[in-house]
Amino acid sequence: MKSPSPLWRVELRHVTKSFYRGRQPLSVLGPLDLRVADREFVALVGPSGCGKSTLLNLIAGIEQPTSGEVWLDGELAPERLGRVAYMHQRDLLLPWRTVLENALLPLELRGIPRREAVARALPWFERFGLAEFTQAYPAQLSGGMRQRVAFLRTLLADRPLLLLDEPFGALDALTRASLQEWLLALWEELDRTVILVTHDVEEALILSDRVFVLSPRPGTIVCELIVELPRPRSYAMVTDPRFVQLKAEILAHLRARTTLEVPLHGT
Amino acid sequence: MAHNRLLPRDRILPLLILAAATFGWELATDVFQIPRWVLPPPSAVLHALVRDQQLLLRHLAVTMEEVGLGLMLSVLLAVVLAIGIVSSRLVERSVYPLVVASQAVPIVALAPILLIWFGYGLTPKVIVVVLVCFFPIAVNLVDGLRGVDREFVDLVRSLGGTPWQALRVVRIPAALPSFFSGLRVAAAVSVIGALIGEWVGSSAGLGYLMIRAASQFHTDRVFAAVLLSAIASIALFWTVGLLEYVALPWRRAAKTEP
Ligand SMILES: Nc1ncnc2c1ncn2[C@@H]1O[C@H](COP(=O)(O)OP(=O)(O)OP(=O)(O)O)[C@@H](O)[C@H]1O
Ligand SMILES: [Mg+2]
Repeated sequence: MKSPSPLWRVELRHVTKSFYRGRQPLSVLGPLDLRVADREFVALVGPSGCGKSTLLNLIAGIEQPTSGEVWLDGELAPERLGRVAYMHQRDLLLPWRTVLENALLPLELRGIPRREAVARALPWFERFGLAEFTQAYPAQLSGGMRQRVAFLRTLLADRPLLLLDEPFGALDALTRASLQEWLLALWEELDRTVILVTHDVEEALILSDRVFVLSPRPGTIVCELIVELPRPRSYAMVTDPRFVQLKAEILAHLRARTTLEVPLHGT
Repeated sequence: MAHNRLLPRDRILPLLILAAATFGWELATDVFQIPRWVLPPPSAVLHALVRDQQLLLRHLAVTMEEVGLGLMLSVLLAVVLAIGIVSSRLVERSVYPLVVASQAVPIVALAPILLIWFGYGLTPKVIVVVLVCFFPIAVNLVDGLRGVDREFVDLVRSLGGTPWQALRVVRIPAALPSFFSGLRVAAAVSVIGALIGEWVGSSAGLGYLMIRAASQFHTDRVFAAVLLSAIASIALFWTVGLLEYVALPWRRAAKTEP
């Protein structure tokens, strides 16, 4: 967790991003600075449309910043596609591939022989409760199962940094809570760095070491909170006074800046 | 019966209509004393079909060879063109208009020229088949390749995949349903293409047989040849449907529970 010279897994230096709508530039993100240490679990919360997914696209290298720099592992990384594992907001399961073939995609793209890839992946299907569904097509799965497959695929990319964009977004509260506890247990044994985007403040607090609250578009960091709850965490902590206090603080920040155009519905 | 699996209700009505029409035709030729060389009754057509079966099959084989070769070349040409068009702006700007223009060329006018250039053999017919068949395949394939969800491509990119891998893993499989739609249209019109090629000048094939039989007032044989080419078209259409069924198992999965 603490190396002698701080080597950041990810470092964003004064990053901004604009898109063009016709000729009009639309400023979507930043300026924004962010540093995430090795094996840290960091959460980003912010109103819808504030640029959270754009931020992850920038880190993954799918998009390039309009200005500023993205550093990975202590070096400037202008070309970084394939260096981080990214679970997109949509599950993006390829409908023409079975669950197994979808999950193995990262290994296949790296040219790992199928036999070896299957051997490496199979134990995980057990862990993910997907063992019986390896030959099913995504259309035959429930929403929660689809997200688990997408998650497994991200995990099998086998990168030290995981970007998770609302991994449990489209789920009912019960399924979501069980998947969160499951992610918690997994992360504690995995030694990976995680950047999690979520709308769910409790999810952010239960899972992460630090929470960043983003402003409405263009997204900038409004505040950073350190979550000093002991690990291993569990859902029992939602009644912990520190938890309640942090949650109130985050919600206050979000409310102060969220105008009526963003309805406060469920997710 | 309505519960029969082989003949569900939605198949019975078309069959009934077909049977009624055939029967009406038979009756009409009889009642109005229409001469056989003007309009043979269905029974005479069936009779010709059986009587001339060796002759018909020999010419059918020639036509199907042209169709088969033409379809294969069409697929090849369409795939190359479509991949070129979607991967390069330059190819799109220069080639796509020509592809569309090729459909404005009246084939009946072109076929005699092909005859002058290539003679009476197989080549000019295959060219006509390709001309009518590559277009629906190419256009559908271009649409299919373009319609691919960009985020799927981004997924492959974020996993470190190359553009070539994105093509193989995402673009081509995503475009397959459109490809098959185009291929089905092509299969249905391919026989007509071969017949047109044969009408202009040939020494074999169902088209040649139709012309020769008509000039000799063997009208029943003409009808038998027409019937056979229609059956061939339908069979090709179904074959493509079958290929699609086998090639896209995931489409069926979307409709059934595990
Ligand atoms: N490729 C693009 N071209 C133009 N505008 C874009 C593009 N991608 C995103 N945007 C715009 O940028 C803004 C931020 O989008 P983004 O998806 O990053 O938001 P988000 O914070 O992830 O929202 P949500 O919580 O609803 O997922 C939105 O207004 C969106 O319309
Ligand atoms: Mg988003």
